[in-house]
Amino acid sequence: MKESENINTASAYTVNDNQAIVEIKNLCKSFGSQEVLKGLNIEVMKGENLVVLGKSGTGKSVLIKCIVGLLEPDAGSIIVMDSDLKNLDHKGLNNLRKKIGFLFQGGALYDSMTVKQNLEFPLKRVRKELTSTEIMSKIEEVLENVGLADALNKMPSQLSGGMRKRIALARTIVVDPVLMLYDEPTTGLDPVTSDEISQLINEVQKKYNTSSIIITHDISCARTTGNSIAMLKDGEVYVKGNYDELSNSSDPWVKTFFN
Amino acid sequence: MNQKRYERVNKPVIAVRTFANRHSLKISEKTIEQKEKASGFLSEVGDISLFVSKTFRSTFSLDFEVNEFLRQCFEIGNKSLGLVGITGAIMGLVLTIQSRPVLADFGAESMLPSMVAVSVIREIGPVITALICAGKIGSGMGAELGSMKVTEQIDAMEVSATNPMRFLVVTRVLAAVLMLPLLVIFADTLAFFGSWIGVNIKGDVSLVLFFSRAFSAISFSDFIPATIKSFFFGAVIGVVGCYKGYTAGRGTESVGLAANSAVVLSSLMVIIVDMIAVQITDILQ
Repeated sequence: MKESENINTASAYTVNDNQAIVEIKNLCKSFGSQEVLKGLNIEVMKGENLVVLGKSGTGKSVLIKCIVGLLEPDAGSIIVMDSDLKNLDHKGLNNLRKKIGFLFQGGALYDSMTVKQNLEFPLKRVRKELTSTEIMSKIEEVLENVGLADALNKMPSQLSGGMRKRIALARTIVVDPVLMLYDEPTTGLDPVTSDEISQLINEVQKKYNTSSIIITHDISCARTTGNSIAMLKDGEVYVKGNYDELSNSSDPWVKTFFN
Repeated sequence: MNQKRYERVNKPVIAVRTFANRHSLKISEKTIEQKEKASGFLSEVGDISLFVSKTFRSTFSLDFEVNEFLRQCFEIGNKSLGLVGITGAIMGLVLTIQSRPVLADFGAESMLPSMVAVSVIREIGPVITALICAGKIGSGMGAELGSMKVTEQIDAMEVSATNPMRFLVVTRVLAAVLMLPLLVIFADTLAFFGSWIGVNIKGDVSLVLFFSRAFSAISFSDFIPATIKSFFFGAVIGVVGCYKGYTAGRGTESVGLAANSAVVLSSLMVIIVDMIAVQITDILQ
């Protein structure tokens, strides 16, 4: 990794190894009469990959959208990198977002832009100090990291599902985030490509020293990527542990996921 | 026994009461429905007002997206030239052919270029161009932003610490405001050429004479109000198209709905703005 990138990431935010990077307390979120999150508590430590598992509609995606400020919680507190989201104004929230990478379920690549323009988009806005040469070399570097160096001038419509996910991942890591949020990164992909994406998530964690929250249904992805796994049920964390602990659990509900 | 007797004696009263109950129930259901419709309409008006105020505030921020604005000018202006040009030429031709017999009855065929010029510059050119653009540009904006919403591209933009209003909405609205008057002038010019062809179907008038007659009938007091109202037509088409796309629902069905309602509402708004503009021009003149 280049020195300038290290400086940027380090100067943006520094934490001790034992410090929580995300701290959520009693998070509640409802949509109309439907209560999705009912007092959820969760912590993510620095360098940790936390996998969040649960049935559809249990509020997994709602959780990470609350973390990044796309949804406003009804109650509870979300502290991300020592900043309480409740106390942040729009500018403060945007500054925090510059340190967070969000991989959307469908990739959310900008259809009207080429791959290069998609990668330039966040870089030009988040890392305004970079020259056009530095931007180009950064783009080439992340494309190399996701194994798609030759896709630079392609349109998103010319890419397969797996390639779109890789480019979307490249777009999120291009700004050197401290925290990565993955919303079902392997959904809709074949097992081989799913495994490649899971490996890529691990590589990103090692290379860029990120902490991650990975929302998934895919047990294989959870096993490959998760340092710890939190299972959501009825809007709360039902159980938390590592893969081996949960896969050997005697709880019938937990068993249904791992068998 | 007593109950049966009571029902027999009071049968007409019970019938009237039942009818009244049913009727009042229908009235209350209708009232609730109308109340919901009214509150839905009012909340839509409120949402559009908020959207306009957000757009206005974002327009005057420091980080203006110049490249995206120029791209939108190209998309809206250049890519509409063909459609607007053909429509303008046909508009001039048809207007001439339809008007000739009426003017011929009064022996005023020589007034044909002047009449077409005034009609096209003052009213037909701006309104027809705006309606064509409401269909092409309004639906395009509604569908594009709607699909961006459905595929979470707008969320992705927000997460990248970018203001989607500034990047997507302000650029499109400003491009529409700037391009529509230019498209109107283009359509007017081709309408003149179409009219000249129409005049020459049954006559022999040189292009120079035709334009000289046409321009002698119009003045800046015809051209300026028409150009000013074209700016407003552009604003209406841009704002409505973007609003419908930006506030689309989450399903793919909502993309179609956004495009459709963008065309319907912006066309209606063009007609309403035209009516207001004509009234104001009339008062000022």
